[in-house]
Amino acid sequence: MTLIKPPSPATDDTTPALRPPKERSTPRSLLAGIGGQNLSLVGALVLVLALFGLLNDNYLTLPNLQVIAEAATITGLLALVQTVVIICGGLDISVGSQVGVASVVSAMAFTASGANALLGMVAALAVGVLVGVLNGLVIVYGRVNPTIATLAGLAAYKGLAQLLSDGRAQGYVLNDDVFVFLGRGKIAGLPVMVWILVVVAVAVHLLLKYTDIGRNIYAIGGNDTAARLAGININKYLVFVYALIGVVATVAGILLTARTGSGQPTSGSEGLELKAITAAALGGCALKGGKGGIGGTLLAVALLGALENGLTVEGINTFWQNVAQGALLVGAVVIQQRRTGGRAVGLPH
Amino acid sequence: MTSPPTGPSASETAAVGVHGITKRFGPVQALSGITLDFPRGQVTALMGENGAGKSTLLKILTGDHRPTEGHVTLNGQPVQLGSPAAARAAGIRIIPQEPEIFPHLSVAENVYAGALPRTRGRRLDRKELRRRIEADLVRFGFAEVLDPDTLGSRLTPAQRQLVEVLRALTGERPPELIAFDEPTSSLSEHEVAALFALVRRLREQDVALVYVSHRMAEIFQLADRIAVLRDGALAGVQRADETDERALVRMMVGRDLSTLFVRDRQEPGRPVLEVENLTTDAVRDVSLRVRAGEVVGLAGLVGAGRSELALALAGDLPVRGGTVTLDGVRLRGGRPGEAIRAGLGLAPEERKAQALFLQQSVRDNASLVVLDRLRRFRFVRRSAERELTRRYTDRLRVRTPSLAQEVGKLSGGNQQKVVLARWLAHRPKVLILDEPTRGIDVGAKAEIYRIIADLAEEGVALLVISSELPELLGLADRVLVMQGGRITGELDHAEATEESILALAMTEDLTTTAPGAGTAS
Repeated sequence: MTLIKPPSPATDDTTPALRPPKERSTPRSLLAGIGGQNLSLVGALVLVLALFGLLNDNYLTLPNLQVIAEAATITGLLALVQTVVIICGGLDISVGSQVGVASVVSAMAFTASGANALLGMVAALAVGVLVGVLNGLVIVYGRVNPTIATLAGLAAYKGLAQLLSDGRAQGYVLNDDVFVFLGRGKIAGLPVMVWILVVVAVAVHLLLKYTDIGRNIYAIGGNDTAARLAGININKYLVFVYALIGVVATVAGILLTARTGSGQPTSGSEGLELKAITAAALGGCALKGGKGGIGGTLLAVALLGALENGLTVEGINTFWQNVAQGALLVGAVVIQQRRTGGRAVGLPH
Repeated sequence: MTSPPTGPSASETAAVGVHGITKRFGPVQALSGITLDFPRGQVTALMGENGAGKSTLLKILTGDHRPTEGHVTLNGQPVQLGSPAAARAAGIRIIPQEPEIFPHLSVAENVYAGALPRTRGRRLDRKELRRRIEADLVRFGFAEVLDPDTLGSRLTPAQRQLVEVLRALTGERPPELIAFDEPTSSLSEHEVAALFALVRRLREQDVALVYVSHRMAEIFQLADRIAVLRDGALAGVQRADETDERALVRMMVGRDLSTLFVRDRQEPGRPVLEVENLTTDAVRDVSLRVRAGEVVGLAGLVGAGRSELALALAGDLPVRGGTVTLDGVRLRGGRPGEAIRAGLGLAPEERKAQALFLQQSVRDNASLVVLDRLRRFRFVRRSAERELTRRYTDRLRVRTPSLAQEVGKLSGGNQQKVVLARWLAHRPKVLILDEPTRGIDVGAKAEIYRIIADLAEEGVALLVISSELPELLGLADRVLVMQGGRITGELDHAEATEESILALAMTEDLTTTAPGAGTAS
């Protein structure tokens, strides 16, 4: 594109000084709609499935795929809300600890109320909302950087779960139909857990893409000054988003309880924040906010789940799996930064 | 990075020059084919409207940008300036418009930051630092005005600039070229005189000097040659004693002032925006009133408080006192949402930083403020949204391949139109436009003037902030002039001229002393 010579005075008012950018060809814009990132995720997923399928006959069987799906559900739920908070420019690394709190509270309230599953869940939800709102308030009104605030939360909520539970698994819920249904039940051949993931994913997707709330979340992450000047109440939105994380992390915690049969302060929830953030970053969320979507995140969750299961099936040491996960997270962000083409000077923003 | 040959320093050869420089930022061509020399011992003034390419050219000289085509020459030899450090090593220095001062370091540490003297044990050599700063302060004649121990945060604007000047003058290699980027915008009158004396002394020392300024009077006092940029191209180079203000303006705008936009004025209606004694951190005791169908211009120098007034009215800056009434509704202030609901729109000064979501589509950008009118049960009605945004992007003639286009890929003029589309969709009663034509090309400017005139005809009350006086004179029914956070005068259309506005914008420099200013002389 080139600048046309400055217009002569006589035609100033009508001559466009810049040609409009070239029209994109339709196939290319179609591709852009699906997203290059998502396509490469699909490619990677197919590759992983094919690789482990070749190495191990049991890998691509229906039962194993179901195991992968179930194992990925809890990570998936957290990755969904992590996506939302990253889009609006924040981060939450306390999600794993929040799951622990929810798991313990749901089991203990269940036991204390004389085996009332509903009461157990409501109690966990109440605590989850409180924890989420607290995160939001600390960040917005305490002016604490989200990473630091939720790093503090990571420690504090883990401690809270351990205090409540005395550091041990609490209660036993598998004598209750509701918990059994959540953890083991099936609807139309699919595990209930997976259904829950699907429902939450659809809900979050609708929220992000089709409501004014979602638009405003993208706006806040894209340019918070401009969002503020456009009249968006940023504080309200941030507290809302962290509260939403609290709710969804609680759902994940209840599922963890249902899965393991008791309230787990740390087992099964430690390290989930890493997986959730990795999935969101792999899925194409820009860590500076304003960009990302549910589709990419879900694909990344599937990829991570398939990889983890494959490595386990192949008997690869879990220590290596940790290394792989760390490498994946860094790799995803490096690729992302390369694409934005920023200059390598000083600390990244 | 090529190390430049150390040629004989003949005053006749240009120390630094640019040859065939072209710079593109994505689709936007910022500079095209600039060839220009900066001879030793001469002050070359660089002029041009906002967005003409002056700062891009400076950034290429200082290694901040790399030219798309062409190169910088040093003593006639082409050099690659890959980084600011390379340019500095080559002897090219710039005094930025906003001095970059480390607030917690002393003057001495600020001056030598990055090359502090140290002992063999890598510790800061305080004795050597002290010796150097004292010697340099005396050598360059700043000993009276700068105390080496003052902390950066306590310096006046003028002193901050002097620190930048010292940075430019010191260093392993003496400067070949020093560029001043609008150095006087934050200086008071006697500080300006001191600066001029310094520039003249540097000229005598055979340094090549580049002086970027909008102020004609300064240019004619200082410059030997005047280079004018227009729309990224070199419109011409003149000897200062062979040209005059009128000729320069013609070169800058490509036409005589008289052909600039003039709108038909009408009898304004009821007062819509009423401000009484508004006081904020940067604005003092401002009262004004804008009526329906009226365009009120707000003039003043950079830092006069115009943008801060706009942001306070839009609810983005806290209000300390006074009242703002919008069509009879008293605003509590401090909440942009409240002002918007009452019918106010603000297209802020920095459209990329303050208004646009560059990664998002034209549609998302344009509809943001009116989403609440387009939704049903919180779901945005897509077709209604498309229709509405199309209506306004068509009306404003936004040139974009589709509504789904990322705003960041549009040209500056079209980006500004997207901002305007957002506010037009809101159907505001009051629209505040802060530098609405900054950095956009001439054709788009004319279109924006047309939009402003149309809006006034439709009965919108408009407050237009602009540093381009011809623009204000063409558009405004009245011009308010601000200085030091206050309104220092009001001129109706008949009284307003560039001279009368500038007089109100600058004269009180002598009587009102802005906090912190005026101690360095």
